[in-house]
Amino acid sequence: MAYFFETLIAGLFAGLMYGLVAIGFVLIYKASGVFNFAQGAMVFLAALVFVTLVEHGIHFWVAFAATSALMVLTAVAIEALVLRPLRNRDPLTLFMATLGLSFVIDGATQFFLGTDVHMLDVGIDDIADDYGGLFISRFDIIASLIVIALVAVLAIVFSKTRMGVSLRAVADDTLAAQSIGIRLPVIWRIVWSVAGIVALVAGLLWGARQGVQYSLSLVTLKALPVLIIGGFSSIPGAITGGLFVGAGEALADIYLGPLVGGSVSTWFAYILAVAFLLVRPAGLFGDRDIERV
Amino acid sequence: MTTLQDTVPETGPTASIVTNPAVLRLALVLTSIVVAFGVVPAIATDYWLSSIIIPTIVMGLAGISLNLLQGYAGLVSLGSAAFMSVGVFSAYNLILRAPALPLPVVLVLAGLTAAGVGIFFGLPALRIKGFYLGASTLGAQFFFQWLFTNYPWFSNNSQSLTISAPRLEFFGYDLQSPVGRYLLVVTVTALLIGFAFLVVKSRLGREWMAIRDMETAASVLGVRVASRKLQAYAISSFFLGITGVLWGFAYLGTADAHTYNLDKSFQVLFIVLIGGTATIFGNFLGAAFIVLTPILLDHLVLSANIAYLSDQGAITNLQRVIFGAIIIFILIKEPDGLSAWTRRGAEALRARLKT
Repeated sequence: MAYFFETLIAGLFAGLMYGLVAIGFVLIYKASGVFNFAQGAMVFLAALVFVTLVEHGIHFWVAFAATSALMVLTAVAIEALVLRPLRNRDPLTLFMATLGLSFVIDGATQFFLGTDVHMLDVGIDDIADDYGGLFISRFDIIASLIVIALVAVLAIVFSKTRMGVSLRAVADDTLAAQSIGIRLPVIWRIVWSVAGIVALVAGLLWGARQGVQYSLSLVTLKALPVLIIGGFSSIPGAITGGLFVGAGEALADIYLGPLVGGSVSTWFAYILAVAFLLVRPAGLFGDRDIERV
Repeated sequence: MTTLQDTVPETGPTASIVTNPAVLRLALVLTSIVVAFGVVPAIATDYWLSSIIIPTIVMGLAGISLNLLQGYAGLVSLGSAAFMSVGVFSAYNLILRAPALPLPVVLVLAGLTAAGVGIFFGLPALRIKGFYLGASTLGAQFFFQWLFTNYPWFSNNSQSLTISAPRLEFFGYDLQSPVGRYLLVVTVTALLIGFAFLVVKSRLGREWMAIRDMETAASVLGVRVASRKLQAYAISSFFLGITGVLWGFAYLGTADAHTYNLDKSFQVLFIVLIGGTATIFGNFLGAAFIVLTPILLDHLVLSANIAYLSDQGAITNLQRVIFGAIIIFILIKEPDGLSAWTRRGAEALRARLKT
């Protein structure tokens, strides 16, 4: 039974990371209706820039600030060069544009910074502590506290600040928001910047676990099932969806994997997502505006 | 090509023979047939046939397959390559386990297998609409890659999990040479284009477009939406299954599960969007773009002879950047895809012929 719980907990922690990537999607989806395939590329870009700076002897927080600034610049550039010329186009076109964008970001990142795998030490030990028979990694616990803190900060920003209220107005009714003077391009820049900084945090936590490498970019693929389960427009939903997928994958690998001869984690999340789509199309926390037949 | 049919036919003594749409269309079809079966095999070198023309035609066919589903019926698929892999692995096993079957039968059966799989993964379309549908076909993408990697039975227990093309022949004619493989590809493609046109112009095609444009109105008019959607998945996957066989057997010569990975699915999506949604011939423009751009970039980088780019990894990454940028550029500048170019060209030509 302890094995079951350890698997479950490890899965939940992996799921928290999925959720962290998914938050970036939710922010952008709410503000601009774009399913941003480049979110994974942004995670990779942020992590590789950060780790390169740190390897050149730059202090942790200076590197963090510099990378954040770069993510803001990237966001402004994306808004000006991709989003603005493509506004009012159908979602699939926007999705394809972000796919092109992911090629550009992945390619440019590796072109300038190389393709080596970098080890990243964020100063948290990855040791398992004994909690009454259950061994849980200290890194996992601190990482999840960071994620929870980040979600709390985002929740406060979006409910209390003027910017957050503007964002929710845009998400609720873009036309009405514009007519009362909310400037859409500004909102887009802010949201993509925040998504970029969330990508940085995700990149640091994932990168510390797996090494900073191209595979970080592929986390994007897990975001679609996570968002379908959690709901596309809810930050708590993104986290819950991530937990569902992470735990589901870990348990399926242990209990279903041996029956079918091999790891099922590449596709299990999608089957879970399709099951959710059939039963609860809006996801657990999503707005009920998904077009149903 | 739609412009030729959309224009009001001129009748009576004033209609010149050269501006009559029906005559023009017939001339176009005849020219295409002469070029495809006579001119190209006669003048194209083996390199051109094997490395450029065959992949362009096969990828164009993949584009048509997805365009039927996405452009005409308004449904989404992010896993086209999965259905291609189902096609090639069924064809391989059919030839392996029933060697008596002639190639055309194998192709049709492979297509039908893919169609069955397509219907299954299209089932969520009965409950949901829009981009979310992508999850089911994306699941298909990962599931079949997993299936063909984990169960060696599908590749006849080969160590590398790779299947190699059987001897391609058609009632005794050897199709192994580049020209032979080209003729196989172009014949199958011509037949499927004809089939696609029939479908698109038929009641089925019109009902797909009605569902795409306004589903409620379509169902009020008596369109059986659910079965029409599943038929879209079936026909699209049938096409994709055959395309997959051509890609593996006539172009590459070998195939494994990773030949048909997510990148391939995205390439098919790019072809549809770059070539033009709801077109047939536009897909070949999109396919030419997908096939030719990397080759051109290769030559460009090699001829530029930039010293610090000696690293192959750097070149690959530079190509990714350029390719991604071109895709964004085309999406911004040409909302109707590259087929808008041919349409404009055809209009200009007609205007000149009329004067």
